Amino acid sequence: MSLELLLQVLLSGLLMGMIYALMASGLSLIFGLMDVVNFAHGEFLMVAMYLMFGLVVLTGLDPLLLWPIVTVCLFAFGAAVYLGVVRHALRAKTNRGMVQVFTTFGLGLVLMGLAQSLLSPDYRSIGDSWIGGKSVSLLGIYLPLPQLVGGIASIATFSIIWLMITRTDFGKALEATREDAGAVALVGINKDLIFTLGWGGGAALVGLAGSIIAIFFYVYPSVGTSFILIAFVTVALGGFGSIYGALAAGVIVGVVEAFSAVLLSPALKSLGVYAVYLAVVVLRPRGLFGSM
Amino acid sequence: MLEVAGLTTTYEGLVAISDVSLKVGKGEIVTVAGANGAGKSTLLKTIAGMEQRQSGSIHFEGERIDGVQPHLITARGIAFVPENRRLFPRLSVRDNLRLGSFLFRKRPDRDAPLDGVFSLFPVLKERLGQLAGTLSGGEQQMLAMGRALMTRPKLLMLDEPSQGIMPKLVTEMFAAIKAIRQTGVTILLVEQRLVESLEIADSAVVLQTGRIVLRGSAQEVRDHPDIRSAYLGA
Repeated sequence: MSLELLLQVLLSGLLMGMIYALMASGLSLIFGLMDVVNFAHGEFLMVAMYLMFGLVVLTGLDPLLLWPIVTVCLFAFGAAVYLGVVRHALRAKTNRGMVQVFTTFGLGLVLMGLAQSLLSPDYRSIGDSWIGGKSVSLLGIYLPLPQLVGGIASIATFSIIWLMITRTDFGKALEATREDAGAVALVGINKDLIFTLGWGGGAALVGLAGSIIAIFFYVYPSVGTSFILIAFVTVALGGFGSIYGALAAGVIVGVVEAFSAVLLSPALKSLGVYAVYLAVVVLRPRGLFGSM
Repeated sequence: MLEVAGLTTTYEGLVAISDVSLKVGKGEIVTVAGANGAGKSTLLKTIAGMEQRQSGSIHFEGERIDGVQPHLITARGIAFVPENRRLFPRLSVRDNLRLGSFLFRKRPDRDAPLDGVFSLFPVLKERLGQLAGTLSGGEQQMLAMGRALMTRPKLLMLDEPSQGIMPKLVTEMFAAIKAIRQTGVTILLVEQRLVESLEIADSAVVLQTGRIVLRGSAQEVRDHPDIRSAYLGA
């Protein structure tokens, strides 16, 4: 493998990995906060992608101008899902874990079914846009522009999350709720409000990821399932609940995937990812940065 | 200040406290005594809104607070230090204290109670950067009380503050509780150590299997023959 190819594969894997990290961090945020795995996370991504597609069709504006709207809408969607569905599931007296699994899993199926019946199973894609289908070349290495913008957005987002957690009262309240949700009332924090904002935040993160993915990938009702497996592997690899773990693991997954595609075959690009995942599950079940 | 009337709380189908009535006047220290499982912790948890009452009422400063969400009870001025302290173990001592003043986060003087906390428990000042989970039992109790004081309570409820701390620190702990009362904070104290708590308390109630079996001034309770034989070894 030439140095040029090596760099090419490494960089494109890195960029894709950052987008995976963005998607996985939303899952990790919600899990860390309240020990609930959102099995509808992939369908949240699908909703975000359809929203972006719909907005582009309706307004004729470029996706780069529309992503804030998609992200804010997904925040509201996530908060509404918590308040309308998940909060009630948490009140289950027995077998709470199972109730949560089937609630979010069922929600995912409903969302996918709704998309299939209302929007048809057709594959759609956003046509020409400012960055769609374009790439930049740097010293002979070609980087697709959507992924490059996605990578930058991902770094910016993780920086903002880091600043928020370390510098703001809301961040501390979030950390405290992650530690012991039952105890935050002792200092006057409303756990339910933090959970609502957490679900909103988790959905907003996948909304941002979906906004970017919609630029270079097809939009269809089951698109979430194509990505959710990678998101779960990323979260488990990074350690369930660890947001920074999701970043590191996302990058690892992206790079391993890119090298598998080149060294084995593009059809087998996930093989390397699952091999790494299996190795981590066997050698370090709590994930690279997990504490559970 | 606090008025509990006919309070009954069930816990997983079993009656934990039954028909408990209790008054705590402003500036008082009232201690709740009783054996393990007598319902002392349930009483405090119910007042704090963390357990739901079956029947009865709780009034604080004339307003009914049973059924109010626990974070709003804290906001009304009732701070609760539970038996297991419930610190945020992977956050620093500084962050734990700072979270205590979360309700006052928009006020420039949010850290005002900090000086008082440090003069009560000087060791906390040396441990500011340390993770709460790495503190000794006594230091964790101090931090839990410090965090509670940061919420600027009118009523402080302490559940077994002397539990799990070194014997030589117990005296200091009771001195600290007395000092907190000096600053105008009313105290409802649940304690197994009856001798020490009766020394600082104004009045006491004794719980037995969820019911109040004895109440009176600290002096009266101390002199009661049943108490003398059961707790004071006389």
